[in-house]
Amino acid sequence: MQGRWMNAGQCISIALKFSEVANVTIGYIVRRIGIFLLIVITAVTINFFMPRIRSTNPIQSRLNQLAAQGGVYENQIQELIKIYNAKFGLDKPLWQQYLIYWQDLLRLDLGVSVAFYPQTTLEMIARSAPWTIGLLTVSTLIAFVLGTLLGALMAWPRTSGIATALSPLFMTLSAIPYYLVGMLFIYLIAMRWRLLPVGGAYSAGTNLSLSWQTALDIGRHAVLPAASIVLSSIGSWGLGMRAMMTTTLGEDYLHMAEAKGLKPSTIFKDYALRNALLPQVTSLAISLSLVMSGAVLVEVIFGYPGVGNLLFKAIAGNDYFVIQGIALFIILSIGVVLLALDLLYPLIDPRIRYRQG
Amino acid sequence: MTAKKEGKLGEALRRYRLLIAGATLVVLVMLFGLVGRLFVPLERAEVGAGRPAKPPSAEHWLGTDQQGRDVLADLIYGTPTSLRIGVIAGVLGVTIGALMGLVAGYSGGIVDEVIRVIVDILLTIPSLMILIIVASMLGAVSVEAMALIIAALAWMWPARAVRAQVLTIRERMYVQVARFNGASNLKIIVGELLPNLAPYLAANLVGAISGAILASVGLSTLGLGPMTQPSLGLTFYWAITYGALIRQMWWWFLPPIVIIVILFLGLFLMSQGLDQIANPRLQSRA
Repeated sequence: MQGRWMNAGQCISIALKFSEVANVTIGYIVRRIGIFLLIVITAVTINFFMPRIRSTNPIQSRLNQLAAQGGVYENQIQELIKIYNAKFGLDKPLWQQYLIYWQDLLRLDLGVSVAFYPQTTLEMIARSAPWTIGLLTVSTLIAFVLGTLLGALMAWPRTSGIATALSPLFMTLSAIPYYLVGMLFIYLIAMRWRLLPVGGAYSAGTNLSLSWQTALDIGRHAVLPAASIVLSSIGSWGLGMRAMMTTTLGEDYLHMAEAKGLKPSTIFKDYALRNALLPQVTSLAISLSLVMSGAVLVEVIFGYPGVGNLLFKAIAGNDYFVIQGIALFIILSIGVVLLALDLLYPLIDPRIRYRQG
Repeated sequence: MTAKKEGKLGEALRRYRLLIAGATLVVLVMLFGLVGRLFVPLERAEVGAGRPAKPPSAEHWLGTDQQGRDVLADLIYGTPTSLRIGVIAGVLGVTIGALMGLVAGYSGGIVDEVIRVIVDILLTIPSLMILIIVASMLGAVSVEAMALIIAALAWMWPARAVRAQVLTIRERMYVQVARFNGASNLKIIVGELLPNLAPYLAANLVGAISGAILASVGLSTLGLGPMTQPSLGLTFYWAITYGALIRQMWWWFLPPIVIIVILFLGLFLMSQGLDQIANPRLQSRA
């Protein structure tokens, strides 16, 4: 391939290849899209019915909370509830509410926040999503690269002692939930040694303009949350890779490569690593699809302004429309990424052919 | 195994060293809760049992939290709560999962298809997300309710694993022989399939329990668990709420972290050990 960008010819050949694959697998694609739709319907339906199973009305509980904080009178609350019920259509029969819910969703209307009233759920999610996506994507990729390498080295018979010595450490770390590692980091690195900021995504009072200073500031704030995610997930990547490597090392073509007298480093890089890597790449794609829901508690502990933190605040403030909106958003994002992955996978790995049967 | 002569006990210890090491750690954590309560009364884990936010002293070995609970007592009574949620949810989840997997794998056809689609869909949706929604909608939950909610989302991996195993075992010679001898389906499942599935089920059970504990601690840390009964997650919740990290009250948040690390490490080692027993191919390399 010349340069970084594909030319038109390559695009066409890929499209042709896809249709070629698609020809064999029309049934598979239909089935896969069907599953995706089922996921969406299940998620929306759970989301719709959950708050309604509860005996109390979400708006009432929120207003009661407000009343407890600052003297609003009981009769005023009843008035407000009536107004809100009519506004959100909670006085209509259930099936009608369900249809209205779907209509709203199709218009991308996820409702408004009860706690921060004029703001819509969509606005709030749109504001926090980039932080989560940025933090989680970077740390997932770092953990993937380091963990996979470590795992490959652990399975390789000629590895020096370092990788073997490091592995129990990472195995131990992988057994610990992300956010506990984060708590240790805050206590030791941010509070005791004062090396890095305690929390947030940028220093208070920064105006987020495009400059090196801002980038550095954001980077400094991201180090600890990212490190806690990386450290506690390296181990599981390593374990997965070690298992794959072990299987690959038993294959005939590796013995053949050895018999041909190839350099060990060539065998490691081009024969063992490459072949063991594919399932890891699949897991990577799946982890990336989970990015949105990845680290709610890490965000909470570091006060990172992402989706997880928004969710935490919404739970604390009984902000049901926001909770629902976030849940739906996350499930949909996962569904879309997995669908794309399943449809593209035959292109990545030629050994996979989805024929019926 | 090496050709060296060893005692039977020694060899068993070597073969199962991961499992034994893991089980020891888990038992240690259990004993901490069970033996501790013989010496420390529950009142000390209640609000106002001592002066608030004091570092460790002769009277309060691990100090007190912001509301005057004795941290040691809080942990002694809180650890078993988290363990109990994990065990109930894990056992229920694996039981449901094993049944589903057996039915799907053994009967095949449309039943298999339906169960597979359900499992696929539920596995796609991150269960912590569903748990958060459900728990936040239900409001204050009891320990048992929480275990049930978690169990409802813990059966899919066991179901998938068991189904895959059943598919291979079903075609083995001894099952065929039993079938030709006129054994009923139930007899084949109980007599031939289950004994061969046992190591897989055990490994899955440990995995499910540790997943359930992780979920319950996570939910409680978010303030979505039982609020009236001490638990590890609730300790974190209060510690975060009152800024224990910023105020450097290490005696408050470090001990529960240590307990969780020991517990998860133990469960992790156990599942690795059981995996080795279930997949003998891994054993030769370990």
